[in-house]
Amino acid sequence: MTQVQLERSEGTLFRFATAGSVDDGKSTLVGRLLHDSKAILADQLDTVTRTSTERGFGGAAGGIDFALLTDGLRAEREQGITIDVAYRYFATDQRSFILADCPGHVQYTRNMVTGATTADAVIMLIDARKGVLEQTRRHLSVVKLLRVPHIVIAVNKIDLQDYDEAAFGAVAAAVRRVTDELGLGAVHVIPVSALVGDNVVERSPNTPWYDGPSLLELLETLPAADDVATNVESFRLPVQLVLRPQGAVAVAPEDAADYRDYRAYAGQVASGTVRVGDTVTVTPGGASTVVTGIDFAGIALDEAVAPQSVALRLRDDLDIARGAVIGTAGTMPEPVKELAADLFWLDLRALQPGARVLVKFGTHTVQAIVGTITGRLNLDTLDLEVAPALEINDIGQVTVRLSAALPVETYAANRRAGAFLVIQPQDGATLAAGIVTAARTVAGTAAGTGGQA
Amino acid sequence: MRTPPVNALPAPTIDRAIDRAASTDSTGLSQLDVLESEAIHIIREVVAEFERPVLLFSGGKDSVVVLHLAAKAFWPGKVPFPLLHVDTGHNFPEVLEFRDETVARLGLRLEVARVQDYIDDGRLTERADGTRNPLQTLPLLDAIAAGRHDAVFGGARRDEDKARAKERILSLRDEFGQWDPRNQRPELWNLYNGRHTVGQHVRAFPISNWTELNVWRYIEREGIRLPALYYAHEREVYRRDGMWRAVGPVSAPLANETVVSRTVRYRTVGDMSCTGAVDSDAASVQDVVREIAVSTITERGATRADDRISEAAMEDRKKDGYF
Repeated sequence: MTQVQLERSEGTLFRFATAGSVDDGKSTLVGRLLHDSKAILADQLDTVTRTSTERGFGGAAGGIDFALLTDGLRAEREQGITIDVAYRYFATDQRSFILADCPGHVQYTRNMVTGATTADAVIMLIDARKGVLEQTRRHLSVVKLLRVPHIVIAVNKIDLQDYDEAAFGAVAAAVRRVTDELGLGAVHVIPVSALVGDNVVERSPNTPWYDGPSLLELLETLPAADDVATNVESFRLPVQLVLRPQGAVAVAPEDAADYRDYRAYAGQVASGTVRVGDTVTVTPGGASTVVTGIDFAGIALDEAVAPQSVALRLRDDLDIARGAVIGTAGTMPEPVKELAADLFWLDLRALQPGARVLVKFGTHTVQAIVGTITGRLNLDTLDLEVAPALEINDIGQVTVRLSAALPVETYAANRRAGAFLVIQPQDGATLAAGIVTAARTVAGTAAGTGGQA
Repeated sequence: MRTPPVNALPAPTIDRAIDRAASTDSTGLSQLDVLESEAIHIIREVVAEFERPVLLFSGGKDSVVVLHLAAKAFWPGKVPFPLLHVDTGHNFPEVLEFRDETVARLGLRLEVARVQDYIDDGRLTERADGTRNPLQTLPLLDAIAAGRHDAVFGGARRDEDKARAKERILSLRDEFGQWDPRNQRPELWNLYNGRHTVGQHVRAFPISNWTELNVWRYIEREGIRLPALYYAHEREVYRRDGMWRAVGPVSAPLANETVVSRTVRYRTVGDMSCTGAVDSDAASVQDVVREIAVSTITERGATRADDRISEAAMEDRKKDGYF
């Protein structure tokens, strides 16, 4: 690896999101995690303590309502609920964390989707007294479809079940039935009390029957998504813009002549690794060429990995503009104009078949028409059911026709290349998060899904 | 190729970086590497998708870091957008000097919106408490409209404040410049949706995910120059609201406030009338990194009188179009 590497003490970055139903205690858990990892500074604690006292909060946590640490909006504090994702930052000796505290109310599921798309892990809270709820299943389905690398189930309020091993075991078994059904693979299940602090940062003496790590210990050791994906996903770089300064250079005057003909393709490595000398293919067009340089603001790198932002110099003068994708030769998919996708519908305006929308893949936005709605996911049975439209918070399967052929891939093969936004063409609203389930080189080859009403 | 990023100290930075780049025992990117690449990606997206971006530049450390990132994003070309400063008329003179030097060195264009002009002709009225931070919103919105800027880069970070913790990286403002926190666009993966209609604009915050410590470690690593008042120096100060206020033309002590000379530095740089200094011996960037790493108080808590007004002070100002 040839990244510009800092001293070891700086540590790596890990992003995680919280999920679960309302009142499961997500904000309290987050507050506890921040407090016990010494991430809450004195003036913040003062403010929260003062407000807690004013509101007569008397919990076992020494009179502090930890939820006040993250519920930052006026309406959130007034209603005692989390409306929008709150981002929090804390660090241990091992790692720095970006935490997206996501809302549990059904009407704010779209914010949970927001938090989960960038997460290396999702912590799913379950109230030990209530067990698996509809919202638990809904959020686990979201996590499954978005392929979040790690799932941690925190069975909260275990103190209110008198730290009973059997009660924990029953909830753990119920949640494992759902995760098995969804094909989620290995999940970590931890008994915690956010209010008291059991197994959040320190392993608790109150749960001697639990021999696993505390929540924080687990978060410190799980591999980040890009590390997981680097070895399995091929190199892709969606071109953001072409760097061609011509006269307007920022380099010293004596060097300006060296950059008169400079031309490089700027973008963030979406997946995989690229090295100088690699043969790459560019779409659209499908031409192949060789990487002659990888520039990072004046530093010439031998290689770049996701998620580095770099500029590639290529051997041949090709017609490459924003929206093009550069990828390892031999791995690039055929551009397609038709695809099947799962949509997380996030807008109050329902999706009707035949809707004209914009879709944004990487750095390319094109017009599109939603063909058919194949079905909607029933979150109780996890079956696909017939649906005439997709309403807000629905997860549905659709077919999409694109106005221009794009080198899309399935989300299962490549998370970045298979993810897209659905945008309302008039007001620009983000209507849905989309993930490609199948790309078709020939229109309508999949039976029953290519038709137009 | 050996030319360094524009705001950095020359050769040593690059040599150091190349030494690190040559080491082969690392298995991943450091958090600063990841945050830097994320910010550069955001800056490039905005420049690619918007017609007339502008960067809010005060000479404060966060906007200096964003400018440095922009310089790296477009190397070897120039930063392809102008800078905008809302001058409250109460700015520290050394910061204005730093601002002008930086602009000249990079060959960029600076637009300045002056709060004083608005007070002089009656469009704004001086507040009883003399604080001009809340008065910046109108000149800011007018300058955005006059420059027909459809994207406005800012150096705001989510760790600064509870309301900022909720804001998107690309944050849509309506034609009144207002932020609607209950109706924000979902932000998915690293796909930023910059669509907007006539009259709307987008605020873009490339260093949303950076903490104060990340910013200082980055300043250290990149050798980024800052106004001198970020480092420990002797200054005539007096105590008010639990912080040290500088003695100056717009921040005179009251009769019962004693002026003393102390070794202080600024953790944030804003309007002289409401920004406080902290006791500090941190004279170098390394000292500051060490100081921040063990600090038990947030930067806004330590230094900003305007955010102490109420728990939702920042949210209320942002809804009205503030930074």
